[in-house]
Amino acid sequence: MSKKKVKKLIDEKDIRHDGRKLDELRPTKIEVGVLSNADGSAYVEQGKNKILAAVYGPREVHPKHLALPDQTLIRCRYHMAPFSVQERKSPAPSRREKELSKVIREAFEPSVFTEYYPRTSIDIFIEVLQADGGTRCASITAASLALADAGIPLRDLISACAAGKVEGRLVLDLNDVEDKEGEADLPLAYMSNLNAITLLQMDGMLTNEEFEKAINLAVEGCKQIYQLQKVALRAKYVEVKEAIKEEAEEQ
Amino acid sequence: MPVFYDKRQLVTPGDLLAENDYYAGENTFKENGKIYAACVGLVNCEGRNVYVVALKSFYVSMVGDTVIGKVIEVSLSGWIIDIKAPYLAMLKASDVLERSFRPQRDDLPSMFDVGDLVIAKVVASDRTRGPLLTIREPGLGKITKGQITAITPTKIPRLIGKKGSMVTTIKKETGCQILIGQNGLILVSGKSPEDERLAIMAIRKIEQEAHTSGLTDRVAEMIRKEKSEKKEIGGKDV
Amino acid sequence: MTSPVVTRVKQKRIAQLISLGKRFDERGLTDYREAQVETGVIEKAEGSARVRLGKTEVLVGVKIEIGEPFSDVPNEGVLTVNAELAPLASPTFEPGPPDENSIELARVVDRGIRESKAIDMEKLCVVPGKKVFIVFIDVYVLNYHGNLIDASALAALAALLNTKVFNYEFKEGEVQIKRGYKSLPIRNHPIAVTFAKINDKLLVDPLLEEEQVMEARLTVTIEKDEKICALQKGGTGYFTIQQILEAAKIAQQKAAELRKLVVKK
Repeated sequence: MSKKKVKKLIDEKDIRHDGRKLDELRPTKIEVGVLSNADGSAYVEQGKNKILAAVYGPREVHPKHLALPDQTLIRCRYHMAPFSVQERKSPAPSRREKELSKVIREAFEPSVFTEYYPRTSIDIFIEVLQADGGTRCASITAASLALADAGIPLRDLISACAAGKVEGRLVLDLNDVEDKEGEADLPLAYMSNLNAITLLQMDGMLTNEEFEKAINLAVEGCKQIYQLQKVALRAKYVEVKEAIKEEAEEQ
Repeated sequence: MPVFYDKRQLVTPGDLLAENDYYAGENTFKENGKIYAACVGLVNCEGRNVYVVALKSFYVSMVGDTVIGKVIEVSLSGWIIDIKAPYLAMLKASDVLERSFRPQRDDLPSMFDVGDLVIAKVVASDRTRGPLLTIREPGLGKITKGQITAITPTKIPRLIGKKGSMVTTIKKETGCQILIGQNGLILVSGKSPEDERLAIMAIRKIEQEAHTSGLTDRVAEMIRKEKSEKKEIGGKDV
Repeated sequence: MTSPVVTRVKQKRIAQLISLGKRFDERGLTDYREAQVETGVIEKAEGSARVRLGKTEVLVGVKIEIGEPFSDVPNEGVLTVNAELAPLASPTFEPGPPDENSIELARVVDRGIRESKAIDMEKLCVVPGKKVFIVFIDVYVLNYHGNLIDASALAALAALLNTKVFNYEFKEGEVQIKRGYKSLPIRNHPIAVTFAKINDKLLVDPLLEEEQVMEARLTVTIEKDEKICALQKGGTGYFTIQQILEAAKIAQQKAAELRKLVVKK
């Protein structure tokens, strides 16, 4: 099936088809503690992406024989809702979802003190309710917040963002059409305290120079997301404090 | 003090709290001489001990803690108790019988069965396995009436209050007996379900607003307001 | 506590309250929890709705595709309903292929829509015998706190009413998509009302704790002219004829109330 490119993705003034600058993130909205049953949860909207992450644990491992004697078992499931994409996706887990489950888990696992709770499991469930490119990055951002919301001790929050090359220019936070039609897509996850990269993948082709620029661009994006994560974690408590202040002032 | 935050400021995991000659207290960790927060909470510093009071956490058992739990399984020589923690707790038959357990003669389900609520004390625990419980002290044993509510364990001290001031206020205003488990489970037992409901409402409010000040007064006021509103509507006590 | 075992003390309390005509969360026996319906929440889906019933939260997405009809009804569109009990919704849901509970949920929601002929399936025919619209209804449970059936059925109906199908033209043997949309041809509004039986009393809209102790469950689906279009008894207990007839009467009343949340006159 031939792709019909209706118009250019980036114009001569370096403005992208959705109005963004080359190094601009999509509008992002984050909410923490959105599910009552899960031990921790977070909801992330990034552009048209809508991602829900939930954490159960630490809890006893089921089935028992999977328990690790000296650390907690971290399990992660990345799953897309059938209605999350343009063409309905079958609910059964695809190979892509299984690969993403693994790399997402490996992205935030370094931040968890796994040696603290041996023979337990921490289960993270990620549901993509709507997808528009960069879902693995938004998923990592959400999963990290869900872990913090569950009160699980962490070394740091993990933030993730993709950089890439579209129509010859390096851009930040590719959406679906930019990912599909661009020349390269580089998702990256970052732990800022240790200046460590915990997820790195690439599709496409980049020269060494472009590659270095892209990594730095992605890390910059991650740093912005990190700030948004912190604001979201504080938000609930700040809200309560303000509400009480207002009530007191009214009286 | 070279601590980068003021006392009782809200910190999030990864925030740099202090450097060099400080000890990494609760919910913090030290790496390369720097102390970071590991949880979302309020940072505090006592002497050289930097710690974070987590706003939300799960229960980690300590010897001497009083806990409330639910029997979920009768095992070969005792009972397995869910205390809403990462590990399940264990109550041995020999503890309840006060002698060694004789499988041919002792019928465990008749003592405690699946679904029973118990209040017990932790006698043995290490961080990495399920705690061992006892019911031998007075006031411990099966719970037969009242309602259970749960709050995140880190807020138990707030629920108790300075020298018990908060929990005493609730007891006074609602006439309920309140038994607090360190694992975040609380037994409320009153003369009527309505009284119990008020006590539970108060506990919920404390959990929500634990990080604010003037809470004890607001809680007392809320209970009084609810009680007077009920009287106006003419609500019958069930 | 995380284990699904309900404590004896709680069971006693639920029974005590019920004998006084009250419930664990202060409701009357025939009261629904506070319900919120939001439509159009997933833009990529052709239709969507999210329902919050108390703390139970269900998201439904509708996708429309062109495909082949079934050979026994060559001029009708195809309806297929699928339900996912997402593991994030409850500590008791495990990842894996749909289990009997999620299949029952999907089929009960399906039955209500199909038997009430809510969708005019003949209007979904594009090329008789060859091409029809396939309506995929995907029920996604996000938080389980009792009564998934009513929440899912309500969300499914709201999502269908929200669904826009692309305009098309049949030219040179191919279906070509044109500009513009139109709504799905919906001509009935089935509403599911579920009861739990505890100690011989019927409770509408069971809460999680009530579901854990109930003896049996009965779902009555009522269409817009108050006829019953689907029934489902669940659980290992039983109902008397009297109870079933009583439930049907209550269901008609409750369905009218719930319908107002979704169908604006």
